[in-house]
Amino acid sequence: MTTRIFGSGIKRREDPRLITGEARYTDDIKLPGVLHMAVVRSPYAHANIVSIDSSAAEAMDGVVAVYTSEDIGDGLAGLPTAWLIPDSDLKTPEHPALAKGKARYVGDGVAIVLADDRYRAQDAADAVVVEYEELPAVIDPEEAAQDGAPLIHDDVEGNIAFRWAPFDKEASDAVFAAADVVVSERILQQRLLPTAMEPRAAMAQYNPATQELTLWCTSQNPHIHRFIISAVTGLNENKVRVIAPEVGGGFGSKIPCYPDEALVSWAAIKLGVPVKWTETRSENYLITIHGRDHVQHVEMAASNDGKLLGVRATVYAGMGGYLSTAAPGIPTILHGLLYVGPYTIDSIYCESIGVMTNGTPTDAYRGAGRPEATFLLERMVDNVARALDMDPVELRRKNLIPAFEDGYDVAAGLTYDSGDYPAAFEKALDMAGYSDFRQAQADAQAQGRYLGIGVTAYTEMCGLGPSQVAGAVGFQGGLWESATVRVTPTGKVQALIGASPHGQGSETTLAQIISEELGFPVEDIEVVHGDTTETPMGWGTYGSRTTPVTGAALAHASRKLKEKARVLAAHLMEANVADIEYADGSFSVKGSPDQAQSIQDVALMAHLAWNMPEGMDPGFEESQFYDPPNFVYPFGTHIAIVEVDAETGEIELQRYIAVDDCGPQINPEVVAGQIHGGVVQGAAQALCEGVIYSDDGQLLTGTMQDYCMPKADMFPNFELGETVTPSPHHPIGVKGVGETGTIASTPTVYNAVLDALAPLGVKQIDMPLTSAKVWGAIQAARS
Amino acid sequence: MWPNEFDYARAGSVDEALSLIGDEGKFLAGGHSLLPVMKLRLAAPEQLVDIGGIDSLRGISANGGLTIGATTTHAEIAASADVQAMCAGLASACGQVGDQAVRNFGTIGGNIAHADPASDPPTVLVACGATINIQGADGSRSVSAQDFFVDLFETDLEDGELITGLSLPNCSDCQCAYVKFPHPASRYAIVGVAVCLKMDGGTCAQADVAVGGATVKAVKCAGAEAALAGSTLDDAAISAAAEAVKADIGDWLAGDIAYPESYRQQMAGVFLRRAIAAATG
Ligand SMILES: Cc1cc2nc3c(=O)[nH]c(=O)nc-3n(C[C@H](O)[C@H](O)[C@H](O)COP(=O)(O)OP(=O)(O)OC[C@H]3O[C@@H](n4cnc5c(N)ncnc54)[C@H](O)[C@@H]3O)c2cc1C
Repeated sequence: MTTRIFGSGIKRREDPRLITGEARYTDDIKLPGVLHMAVVRSPYAHANIVSIDSSAAEAMDGVVAVYTSEDIGDGLAGLPTAWLIPDSDLKTPEHPALAKGKARYVGDGVAIVLADDRYRAQDAADAVVVEYEELPAVIDPEEAAQDGAPLIHDDVEGNIAFRWAPFDKEASDAVFAAADVVVSERILQQRLLPTAMEPRAAMAQYNPATQELTLWCTSQNPHIHRFIISAVTGLNENKVRVIAPEVGGGFGSKIPCYPDEALVSWAAIKLGVPVKWTETRSENYLITIHGRDHVQHVEMAASNDGKLLGVRATVYAGMGGYLSTAAPGIPTILHGLLYVGPYTIDSIYCESIGVMTNGTPTDAYRGAGRPEATFLLERMVDNVARALDMDPVELRRKNLIPAFEDGYDVAAGLTYDSGDYPAAFEKALDMAGYSDFRQAQADAQAQGRYLGIGVTAYTEMCGLGPSQVAGAVGFQGGLWESATVRVTPTGKVQALIGASPHGQGSETTLAQIISEELGFPVEDIEVVHGDTTETPMGWGTYGSRTTPVTGAALAHASRKLKEKARVLAAHLMEANVADIEYADGSFSVKGSPDQAQSIQDVALMAHLAWNMPEGMDPGFEESQFYDPPNFVYPFGTHIAIVEVDAETGEIELQRYIAVDDCGPQINPEVVAGQIHGGVVQGAAQALCEGVIYSDDGQLLTGTMQDYCMPKADMFPNFELGETVTPSPHHPIGVKGVGETGTIASTPTVYNAVLDALAPLGVKQIDMPLTSAKVWGAIQAARS
Repeated sequence: MWPNEFDYARAGSVDEALSLIGDEGKFLAGGHSLLPVMKLRLAAPEQLVDIGGIDSLRGISANGGLTIGATTTHAEIAASADVQAMCAGLASACGQVGDQAVRNFGTIGGNIAHADPASDPPTVLVACGATINIQGADGSRSVSAQDFFVDLFETDLEDGELITGLSLPNCSDCQCAYVKFPHPASRYAIVGVAVCLKMDGGTCAQADVAVGGATVKAVKCAGAEAALAGSTLDDAAISAAAEAVKADIGDWLAGDIAYPESYRQQMAGVFLRRAIAAATG
């Protein structure tokens, strides 16, 4: 038996081209005669557009055209919102590709310039004279929901786009009324900038003879882009081809269909020449979706002996100037349903209010709703521990759901698939040396040093998800995936998938699944994705769903092929199918091991079809549509140890321990990579990242000089551990791991810092925990 | 990220650079401050005169004091044994600028001409009494670092004048340090403190102190210096200096929304203590 490829930490096959700069991104694709698009963007967060004078711009060298929303007219329909939350009184204000009469955030497109050169396009964009009448702006979602706030859309009364409160309020109120202790906190989930390494880009080419449009763009879900571009341009969906070439990260920001993609498409159709737009980093920070932006009023009820009884929250979720593609689903379905977490909490209540503001539109950002839920839950558990003067670890241990293997119903209405939360919890505590730490902490404090520990137990819902559920919660699509495993006559494999990985390492891990199932060497398997014409339908890569959903489709398709191979091999060896044994890519007849057919031999014979069993079709290719029967629920425990310098307020993250359970690990190195990146992103929310707007809605953190991206030297070596609890409903048992790090790490680091500051009397600080804020809180507590 | 149109010329000599610069021109050294502002369209010079190829502007010589050419890079200064010996604080400050790529490209002349208040080298230059050497169409002149830095992004430099280099006194008998509290986003200084202490036995004969980052320009701190000079650098003297330094910079405070003036002012006291510890440790 050779080493199993499944479970082995082979190197990511995509890395050589990524690391050497040979990968081809949208901006790398050059077409002859291409025009470059620059967008004139509103410098005001909220302003009426009084007039637009493009005459000077049009007269400039190389400028082909300047267009405004008037020129587009009904040539482009508004951009749709595709997650229509039921029973929420949802309003979907029009989102035109270029602002009509009014700009609603800084960066809102007002006009486009098309020129033969990117520099000239920008010069001409600067020469377009727009007269604005500035209006009062509002950025804070809670303020925007108050009476008298500036109205952003005439048809969204009070700026309230939706109000979602699906749980039983009376029952929740009763639990809180009867509880021994109730703790509360106002939590700010600050806005974050997804900052994918590659900014967005789009290039469209239209062939008037065939009426076909090809759009290359930075997409996590080319089939969804095809659907939306077809809808806004009016072209039939089979005349639209969307290609996502190499995509340099997304973190959710490349799910939505933005005005820019629609505009290059429209202009390419209108002018009959290819049109290209590439975002600058400054534009990326202004116009590509932001994440989070909640103001939460949270309460938790508990009994005196430390039983967690209930959670309730009112959440003001900032939507920005328009409702982005999936925006309404984030602070609702992906948030409120997570309030139970890994605990035996029987009562939850969430009222989530989606509020239009004059900020950049928000949408899914790594974790999408679940980090915001996990944070509030873990924060409140620590607050209960403090109120009861109980060790926070003891409190968690007391309330963890016991191990279960096949289904556990929780108050949110979800059925968790499988879990052993206590096992992961105890393992992480062992790794951290929790009890020793408390002694070290006391010793340090005696010397005037402030150490702290944060412990987060989490579970999350991913691998989105059963399509029936998608429909029930208003998602305007399915959530299945499809895949084709195609073997060439010479025994090389192309796996065509509808999902669209963009840096995760799926080309490696999905190949490992096929190799495991079918016995082809992993080097002989290519995973093809990102082209609506080349690949079968799929709903995209997000929500930690590609490995669980596409992986399952591939496993099933591979198993069908293997069955075909077994029958064909039996036929070729003139044996009974029942007597065929399979090992390591080779079929042999029981009792005569020297007679064998390799999977490659069988593939060739299936293609030649010279000698097929009765009724078997030629070829060696199988497809599978896979709709998951349930979500998957990875879980684990993360622990952070920090030291706070009380003199400056600086935080040093000294240790970070992460025990995650994503079921069987296809490739532990890829899993570790996902956890490392996720932890860094989540910890950065606690420590340093945060959008700051001025009162009038100007983005003050518009460059990386001001917006603090995490840096490698801020982090210790992560100490990773795992437990393995397979998902019972999944063909290979795997769960998603793309977002767990982000979901668990923010509260872990935050709680560690607040633990360190507890002796100084500091109880709460809004994120991010900059040294200035920490120092300020220490001074305030002292005086 | 798309600068306006400009012309580019590479000068072979100082005279050529001065003749090419014109009214709307800018000298281009490492480009690490100029090009970003051009890409953001905050600056739109019509002419760039690249001074990177002028040999006479580059290099470090030690003859009693130090002379450093304007286009000498931060990396070269940080690595120079002469600078380490004669002005350890400057070597340290240049070694803390940005990251390695920035230090390999960025030049000392460009750094001081740009006069970003959060820069590192100016603080040491002001503390250690450096002189800036300048050449214009009408001849050359020298100005003390303290007078060179006027305000936020503002220097004594006239349009079209070129910094040829700077001179520093030999400070090898001083204990000199630069300590920086980096902004977590940009890694520029939230506060940078330079101290240069001349010790006579256990007594501090002379103290030079400057603060940057927290201020619109590098500021010489007479109050802190007075508190240290003549003392044995005992706790009381250091505490007095840490208090005095906050007053010294009181008229020049700068801050941003994340790290406000009041915080930076307090941190100047903390980092003065740390700078003294680094210098004497
Ligand atoms: C990512 C990054 C991080 C950085 N971090 C830091 C930091 O931590 N600390 C710090 O101090 N700096 C930092 N810098 C700035 C860096 O030190 C710059 O290199 C320096 O400020 C400018 O030097 P330059 O040679 O690149 O000048 P340029 O960008 O070429 O020029 C800057 C300005 O000076 C003028 N100029 C240049 N040379 C002369 C001359 N000889 N005479 C007259 N005028 C001249 C130019 O016309 C221009 O106006 C950082 C820069 C970057 C890009």
